[in-house]
Amino acid sequence: MTITPASVVSARSLGLTFETNDGPVNALTGVDLDVNKGDFVSFIGPSGCGKTTFLRVIADLEKPTSGTITVNGTTPEDARKNRSYGYVFQAAALYPWRTIEKNIALPLEIMGYSAADQKARIERTLDLVNLTGFSKKFPWQLSGGMQQRASIARALAFDADLLLMDEPFGALDEIVRDHLNEQLLKLWDRTNKTICFVTHSIPEAVYLSTKIVVMSPRPGRVTDVIESTLPKERPLDIRETPEFLEIASRVREGLRAGHSYDE
Amino acid sequence: MEKPSFLRDRIMPVGTILLALLVIWYIAVIFLNAPFERDTAARAGTPISFSEIVPKTMFQQRPVLPAPHQVVAEIWDTTVNKPITSKRSLVYHAWITLSATLLGFGIGTLLGILLAVGIVHNRAMDRSLMPWVIASQTIPILAIAPMIIVVLNAVGIAGLLPKALISTYLSFFPIVVGMVKGLRSPEQIQLDLMHTYYASPSQTFWKLRWPASMPYLFTSLKVAIAIALVGAIVGELPTGAVSGLGARLLAGSYYGQTVQIWSALFMAAALAATLVIIVGFAHTAVLRRMGVKP
Repeated sequence: MTITPASVVSARSLGLTFETNDGPVNALTGVDLDVNKGDFVSFIGPSGCGKTTFLRVIADLEKPTSGTITVNGTTPEDARKNRSYGYVFQAAALYPWRTIEKNIALPLEIMGYSAADQKARIERTLDLVNLTGFSKKFPWQLSGGMQQRASIARALAFDADLLLMDEPFGALDEIVRDHLNEQLLKLWDRTNKTICFVTHSIPEAVYLSTKIVVMSPRPGRVTDVIESTLPKERPLDIRETPEFLEIASRVREGLRAGHSYDE
Repeated sequence: MEKPSFLRDRIMPVGTILLALLVIWYIAVIFLNAPFERDTAARAGTPISFSEIVPKTMFQQRPVLPAPHQVVAEIWDTTVNKPITSKRSLVYHAWITLSATLLGFGIGTLLGILLAVGIVHNRAMDRSLMPWVIASQTIPILAIAPMIIVVLNAVGIAGLLPKALISTYLSFFPIVVGMVKGLRSPEQIQLDLMHTYYASPSQTFWKLRWPASMPYLFTSLKVAIAIALVGAIVGELPTGAVSGLGARLLAGSYYGQTVQIWSALFMAAALAATLVIIVGFAHTAVLRRMGVKP
């Protein structure tokens, strides 16, 4: 049986130029991309390739200067107004005066969920990120990895099918990162969300994704889109299989090709 | 690590300075008050030795500089020995000044916060108001105080409010400056988060800007309450007020009652210290509730 997968994010010749004091900077040019429902899409590339900018365009934090983009079939602005995505930033950005449970309650308060519903959702999402028992702690009492998990819980607390993650584990050490990658895959499996994930780590991108978007800088553009052939069930040691290494080398080649005529 | 000790860490340093100040004060008393004793002795034609002068300098009626024990005795006499409704009670005068201080501080805080909210949310207000807020503080308060009293009197407002408004004039400034900084203190990432939730401006204000500004507010409040007291005292000086600590200072200087001046000064200092300490406790209590790392 073949069902045409619904497109969650669809970009056509999308461009974004920042006007700076040193003249215009092409952050994105001619991006054509489709993210389908249930996909786990990674955006990988060196800094300045526009991967974060593309994520911010989806989230309506930046406005494109050319081309079109739809999110859930509407403009990014309407998608934001419909609260159809959760955003996880590079830093946890927890509010220091709120306890963990109050931080997770923040979007729920803003979106007007009832007190009972808030309580149930806080409990459920804390369980999803394995932070049950830390609800009454303040952010500074948690480690960096736990803080980032709390910020993921905050993005999962309300009913958004799309999760946008901007290098969420970039500031964490390798061991914590492996652990969180494993947990994120389980979470994706359990929640059926569509995830857009920005990273600059090749193993992380290959391990997590169903689709890898390779980008290159000056001007920021997509150079390759790789569909992963890895199974949905991925233990950590899948990273030593030939299949994994083959995808990783294709990603590395894509990155090198994007770089070659610059350096 | 040694255990922190209240006696060693708090009482000892403060006590040492206090003791040094007292010693300097007594020495100054002897030398500043001695000329009067020498003149008196010379007029009476009786020779007087230094050792005879010293005890006399401690108990003059109108000393150039009263001795600490004279000031303490005066404070004791005018607080404990007089009913607080009496015009001769220092507590009565302190209360008059305190009521103007608190009213002025209250209005100043409210005004300061409102101005800061306007300045943060409105570019036009930021451009137009901030220079005036700063300019307002370059005018000497002593010059503008009588004007405020006179103008308000002309429109039929007298009594507590004009004095309070002079306190307001001084105390709103640190609140505006502190709160503008505090309301702008949230990081871009925290504001972006609110944007992704499609939060309304009022939600962003109450759930982000306001709590983020609390440490700044309390720091400003501590400065504001101390200068609100100065404002109330200054408001009593040029206006012919008959009660309040400012009036006591003025009356004391008219009649050469230096002991009265000094006791009023100490009362004002004690009042200011108490007010700042109370704000400090509120600061600690609020920040503790907000989960600040101890």
